[in-house]
This record gives sequence, C-alpha cells and structure tokens, in this order.
Amino acid sequence: MPDEDEQPRAQGRALWSGVITFGLVSVPVDLFPANRARSVSLRMIDEEGTPLSRRYFCPEEDRPVDWDEIVRGYETEKEKYVVVTDEELDALEPEKSREIDLRRFVDLSEIDPMYFERAYFLAPASESNKAYRLLAEAMDRAGRAGIATFVMRGKEYLVALISEHKILRAETLRFHDELRSASSVGLPKLEKAEVKRVREMEQAIQKLSAKSFDRDEMSDDYAERLRKLVARKLKSGEDVVEVAEDVEDELSGGAEVIDIMEILKQRLEGQGRSVRASASSGGKASDLENRSKEDLYARAQKLDIPGRSSMTKKELVRAIRKAQ
Amino acid sequence: MAARAIWKGVIRLGDASVPVKLFSAVEDRGVHFRLLHEKDLVPVKQAMVNSQTDEVVPYEQVRKGYVTEEGQIVVLESSDLGELEPEESRDIRITRFLPQAAIDHLWYDRPYYLGPDGGTGSYFALVEALRKSGKEGLAHWVMRKKEYAGALRLQGDHPVLITLRHADEVAVAEDLKPPSGRDLDKKELAMAGQLMSMLEEKFDPTEYRDEYRQRVLDLIESKAAGRTVKFRKAKRKKPAEDLGKALRASIKKERKVA
Repeated sequence: MPDEDEQPRAQGRALWSGVITFGLVSVPVDLFPANRARSVSLRMIDEEGTPLSRRYFCPEEDRPVDWDEIVRGYETEKEKYVVVTDEELDALEPEKSREIDLRRFVDLSEIDPMYFERAYFLAPASESNKAYRLLAEAMDRAGRAGIATFVMRGKEYLVALISEHKILRAETLRFHDELRSASSVGLPKLEKAEVKRVREMEQAIQKLSAKSFDRDEMSDDYAERLRKLVARKLKSGEDVVEVAEDVEDELSGGAEVIDIMEILKQRLEGQGRSVRASASSGGKASDLENRSKEDLYARAQKLDIPGRSSMTKKELVRAIRKAQ
Repeated sequence: MAARAIWKGVIRLGDASVPVKLFSAVEDRGVHFRLLHEKDLVPVKQAMVNSQTDEVVPYEQVRKGYVTEEGQIVVLESSDLGELEPEESRDIRITRFLPQAAIDHLWYDRPYYLGPDGGTGSYFALVEALRKSGKEGLAHWVMRKKEYAGALRLQGDHPVLITLRHADEVAVAEDLKPPSGRDLDKKELAMAGQLMSMLEEKFDPTEYRDEYRQRVLDLIESKAAGRTVKFRKAKRKKPAEDLGKALRASIKKERKVA
C-alpha cells in the first residue's frame, strides 16, 4: 500500500478509538497524533498551474484503473503474487484489537531512546472522564509508564503509555528485532583513548554546555526560505496563477490544514465529541459505513483517491480503507 | 554481516574533528504489498493526471506549486527549488551539550549508529568524553540536500545520532489543558497506585514480538500453498461502571496470581 508506512495525516478525527484496560478498569479513549506534518506542503501542478492528481494505470492495458479494480498482492517469487484482501487482514487482528491492555508498568528511564518511534495524545472518549483522570493522576504520581501492544490500521504496535501534565500519551516503540545492534552493524570494539584528546574534548563539551533545550533552535529553515520565496513571487506577481473556481473546491480539500492542537484542546475539555464515531461502534469498517456519503467524499478528497467523483458510497468506503 | 554506511561526515567539536560514517540503526521488517490490477494481476504504475481533463501529464511537465489561502498557486520551477537547498557540507556541527533527558523523546525521529571513518583515535576519544560528561549533544548537519538536527548520544560503547523533528512538527503537553472534573477519590487513587506497583517490572524489549506481522506472513504462506484460511470475529468488552469496585477486584485478582 502506498500510504501504509507514511505518517497518517491529521484530519481532525481520531486515528484510533478504543479502550485502555487497567486491571478490570476500562478507559475509553481516542488517539490523536502528537507529531504533525511539516507546515508547508507543495502540490503537483502542470506547466499552466493546473493541479494534478496521482492515478494508477495498468501497463498491460495501458489505461487508468479505478480503486475498485485494484487489489493488494505480495510477491512470493518474481512476478508471482499472492492476493490478500482487506477482510483477510481484518480477520488476523487479535481478538482484543480495540484494547490497550496495561499488564505491565516500567520506569520510563529504562526505555532506551532508540526505541521511541512516534507519539500520540489520548483524549477521554466516554461521558465521564473520571477513569481517564484517575489513571493519568496515578501514573503521574508513580512516575511509571505502562507497556502494551495493540493493532491499529493493519499494523501491530508496542506502546509506552505515559502520563505527563495529567494528559495520557501513547508512544509507539520499535520492536526489538527492528533495531540493529552495534556488532551487527560492524562497529569496532571499544579501544582505549588518548587521555589528552579526551580532556580536550571534555573541555569543548563543557564550553558548549547549556541547561535546557531551546525549541527555537529547532525551527524549519527550509520552510522559512520557501515562505520567503513565495512571498517574493506573490509581490512581483511572477509565476502566480489564479485558480479557476471549479478547481478551487478540490484544492481546498487537499490544502486545508486542520490544527490538531485545536481539536485536542476541545476534546480534552470534553467538547466536540460528536464529530467522532462512537467508541463502542468498534471496527474500522463500521466506522466508515456509518458516515454520510458527503463525509466519505470529503475524506476521499483528502486522501487524493482517484475516480472518487463517480464512486458509490460502498466504493468510497472500500477505497478509503485501502488508502488509509 | 556489516551494514553499509548511508553517509559520511565530520563531527566538529572545538578544535577536534571526528570523521564518522552513519549507519541506519533501524531495520525495516514491514510486510510490503504491491498494488495490482485485479483483472490481470499486473502491478499498477502511477501517473500524474490533470483532474479536469483526465489526461496523463508526462513527468517532465510536472511542476510543484504552493497554494495560498487566497486560492492562488505560486509555481516553483526546479531552479527555484534548487535555490532553497542548503549549502552542501560534510560538517556535523555541535551547537550545545545538554543534560540527559533535556530533549524529550517526543522530538526523536530515527536513530543512526556512528562508526569511525578511517582512524579510531578521535572516535574513541569522543566516546570517552561523552561518557565522562554524561551529556548529549545537539547536532546540525546537511545530508542529501536536507538540513537535519539530531541528538548525539552514547549507546553502550558507541555514539549514535537520533534525528530530531522540527519545532512545528511537535505538539507538547504543556500547551494543552488536562481534562478536569470533581476531585478524585483518594481511596481509589491509592488503589490504582497499589495495582500499578503490583504490575511493575523491568523493561525487557526482547519479550515483545510483532505477532500480527507473523500472522500476515503465515497467511501469505498458506495462500501461496493453496490452503484455505478460516476467519474469526473479534469480541468487545463493556466498560465497568463502578471504578472502586473494579480496582478492588483487580487487586484481589493480582494477589491470587502472585
């Protein structure tokens, strides 16, 4: 799948809804990304400035193909594929796939930083936020992280559940077999270093020492230069194309940036829960099938699904599930 | 088998320079599928299509555009984009050294091992100096025409660089307000703490395996061998209403296990 390993795009809706279980206590939660996409994104256009979309075509028949004509295949030997359907993959999910079962608590400092992959914030998803607050407060006090595995969007994740500032956060961890060891990379064994050299370096380290991490040093300089170039071109009117009205709708679907922080703020304060499908409605199939066709179309637009305008509701559901 | 280096650079630290090679510390173990045309099982290719006319646009005619909020598109030629690229350099500049854990792991992206490029003298001097200082460095470098920031740390006896995300990609908890409500019950809070300590263990990453990935591979294998596959349905569970009761019962259950 083309998008499978890419970071899921923030769409103002929870990426995953499920239940954290802590002993016999259940905490329904919605999961939102804490790592956002880069702030500037560019669109593909043709020489006249008309927006382009990515479509698939069959080289055998030399024609574009729609999503409902596409299947997922695993190459077992050269040019031989085993076709695997969505239904088959869904059936492989563990029985408690909508559950993050906290069976183990560890000291956060014991987790090697190399394991951390991506962070997600969790917002309470039930009428009462009491169980959420209780778990967050107790974890905060104990300074412990809960460890669990769960399945999201066709992939199993190992997570450390952390409470910071009384907000629950899930950090996905790499599995042990996804990390190489120094010896497997072929790094040399430790040798004794020259004392004088070490001392010089220690002094250099001392000189550059600072107490805290400065967020300002992490600005995206490329994005800044890009914004400046765009501003310059806009001012001179050079290479600026007015978008035709009939294209504008499509563009706004692709370029619209929903601020995930705003949504999270609302959700943590207990507002805006209605945009989300009920947590108890379960699997991703029903999540999508319960939505209106307009809603599905808007999602298809964001995912840039080719041929969406001629799709039926059922086809939209299939295409979105494939594209996610 | 030794891995291949992805890039070579030189760490600049005071007057010292340490030539290093970067090795990815992550190994891709994902199951990768191809998209096929169902009718003939031929892998589909991608093309850029003009969405108004449905015509395929050859790649040499494809440009990039910046869409403004006012609905204008600013066309960026490849010469424009070239102008934005950072100056090429082999230098890995260290700008600061910070106490361990000063950089929250929310910033961490991908880890790379550093190996010596040539002699090992300055390399192991760096390892020793990092160990003695107990600090981690903040590094900046340009790799493959892109600017990177990273944390220079020690991993056992070897230095690693973990790339860091940009400020606008990281949301922090301090900017958010936690959910509020009536004061929590002290007894329940104490019970939650008790249950947590009963479940406390050392973190052992080797205990966890990606079982789903294995099941996907098993499915592919059985299908390739022409065997049929059985489906089963997932079950769900109802949340408990009374927190105190659920906590007491959980603690009792854990005691029995212990």
